[in-house]
Amino acid sequence: MSGLQLLYFLVQQMMYFSIPLLVVALGGLFCERSGIVNVALEGIMIIGAFSGVMFLHHTQDSLSGQLALLIALVIAALAGMVISLVHAYASINMKADQVISGTAINIFAPAFAIFVARMINGVQQIPFQNTFFITKVPLLGDLPFLGPLLFQNTYLTTYLGIALLILSTVVLYKTRFGLRLRACGEHPQAADSVGVNVYKMRYAGTVISGALGGIGGLIFVIPTSTNFNGTVSGYGFLALAVLIFGQWKPGRIFFAALFFGFMKTVTATYSVIPTLKDMGIPSDIYKMIPYIATLIVLAFTSKSSAAPRAEGIPYDKGQR
Amino acid sequence: MKNNSLLARDGVQKALASVIAIFIGMLVGFAILLISNPARAVEGFIEIVIGGVSSRKNIGQVLFYATPLIMTGLSVGFAKKTGLFNIGAPGQYMVGAFAAVLVGVKCTFLPPILHCLVALIAAGLAGAVWGVVPGALKACFGINEVISCIMMNYIGASTSNLLIRRMIFDKARNQSLRPADSAVLPKLGFDKLFVDGATPSSANAGILVAVLLGVLTWVLLEKTQFGFELKACGFNRDAAKYAGISEKRSIVLAMVIAGALAGIGGGLMLLAGAGTGIAITDTPAAEGFNGIPVALLGMSNPIAIIFTGIFMAYLTVGGLSMQSVGFVPQIIDIISAVIIYFAAFVLFFSQLMSKLAKHKETSGAKTEKGGDGQ
Repeated sequence: MSGLQLLYFLVQQMMYFSIPLLVVALGGLFCERSGIVNVALEGIMIIGAFSGVMFLHHTQDSLSGQLALLIALVIAALAGMVISLVHAYASINMKADQVISGTAINIFAPAFAIFVARMINGVQQIPFQNTFFITKVPLLGDLPFLGPLLFQNTYLTTYLGIALLILSTVVLYKTRFGLRLRACGEHPQAADSVGVNVYKMRYAGTVISGALGGIGGLIFVIPTSTNFNGTVSGYGFLALAVLIFGQWKPGRIFFAALFFGFMKTVTATYSVIPTLKDMGIPSDIYKMIPYIATLIVLAFTSKSSAAPRAEGIPYDKGQR
Repeated sequence: MKNNSLLARDGVQKALASVIAIFIGMLVGFAILLISNPARAVEGFIEIVIGGVSSRKNIGQVLFYATPLIMTGLSVGFAKKTGLFNIGAPGQYMVGAFAAVLVGVKCTFLPPILHCLVALIAAGLAGAVWGVVPGALKACFGINEVISCIMMNYIGASTSNLLIRRMIFDKARNQSLRPADSAVLPKLGFDKLFVDGATPSSANAGILVAVLLGVLTWVLLEKTQFGFELKACGFNRDAAKYAGISEKRSIVLAMVIAGALAGIGGGLMLLAGAGTGIAITDTPAAEGFNGIPVALLGMSNPIAIIFTGIFMAYLTVGGLSMQSVGFVPQIIDIISAVIIYFAAFVLFFSQLMSKLAKHKETSGAKTEKGGDGQ
């Protein structure tokens, strides 16, 4: 493999890992910016991936290609929204501890996915035919350098992820809804005093995180596996790290997702990269690096933490 | 007027909330059994409910499964009492398990009982090291311990894998070597007592260690000045600081103790003599996460946690018996998820109960008044 080919290969692989992280972290962003902590991202991803793959599994004889993928994505998003409502109800209406409610969903999701898969299919693994791989995007794929770098051996979901990034940035910073949502995460009492419905905004934030988390789950499973086995390998927690590493800002989240995705790619492929193979660093070290990096970044940035101020605190109308 | 009604008491409210959560969880469990196989649902449910006491061996198994759950429950509960959410128990549990097995495999020059003790101390120390990191990060930089604990879980899993592969690897089984017999916890005759025909249960001295540590944790929290200081920080950090308590020191020490408890839990599980090593896995240990519901249901009270740990183990064993009737084991996970979810509604339940208590009282007062008038 020449140097350039290696670069192409790494970037293409990186997208498979980075895009789901990006999408899920953006989901977390909406939720936390509205003031609700969401450690349930892992569970939401599992529910999304499960419903999407289940749909693909049962329709693969009659439906294939990008259309099937799009429908599966919608289903994953809807499933994620439903499970996120459970979290929203506990966190907003019941004023429950949001970490506990999230933990419950994280325990529930894999059990539910495996249970239903075994009930319907008899086995817990749900295989699916991958008919979504794009060898080369027409026209763009022929560009010199950029073509093989970004438009070959790819999935539609990569571009969807980028589109969601742009959309999220616009919604959060350029719309009235985004401003109100952020206000609820910073100072809900102030938002309420000018007529913003804090409960509604927090529901909106949580449900958006459900939709994006569900989508993220499915687009993580599709490029990296041929079946769904009731797990997304801790990617929900990693997305949470991406969110914090990205300091709750979309642009930084994008770079954090690229960095984490790159580290994951190195973990998965270091044995085919000559220089890294010769260094003989165990794969466990690569696995640790994103987490250690997050801790270090947190330590350095903690003094000016951009965390939403009212995050995790149930909003009580009667409180001053 | 002082409200003396039983329902208005904080402890009673919390305990009742736990009972309600368990009740709802069981109800959901039964509904799932009905959906998946109506014909055998009742049979399956009975297995869940009485499976834990259906034989002497199963009683022993409950004690065996309860051991790590009590320890991680104590870890989470202790941290909670001091105002910290220790979601890092899985990582602390894993490094504790590794340290125990490492000593168990390498230090064969030690005599039997001492070998076991040293291994457990090593487990506690390893867990403490894993706990001190989030504690120090919180104390020095104000970093949310939930996030750093999640990071430490994955770092713990990878570190444990790395060191197992380097130091105590059993390549054929893709797991760690087993600890030497001299490091294994004594059976104390439990293998004779909790036995089903010829197959003994895996019960061992570990459960006694767990119960003892539970009592010690309670004494530390309730009967010492140090424990009082820790709890004061949990109630109100600023007030504690104002009263001259070093809140940073308290945070770090609380996480050290919580980490040690979870680490010893990992040690007790691996030294149980069940004949297995540590499997290579990237997933943080489930026993660690399961400490969260145990602590929640036990309202973070160490003594109550001993019982809720046994309860969750009882559910696990019941779930295993349920499988014999043809149900999938995930139903038990769903039940515990539902229990945790509703346990988070404590605030709602206790408000409801306070209202009920008030209602009773005011209606009681009214009739009294009416009686006076006549």
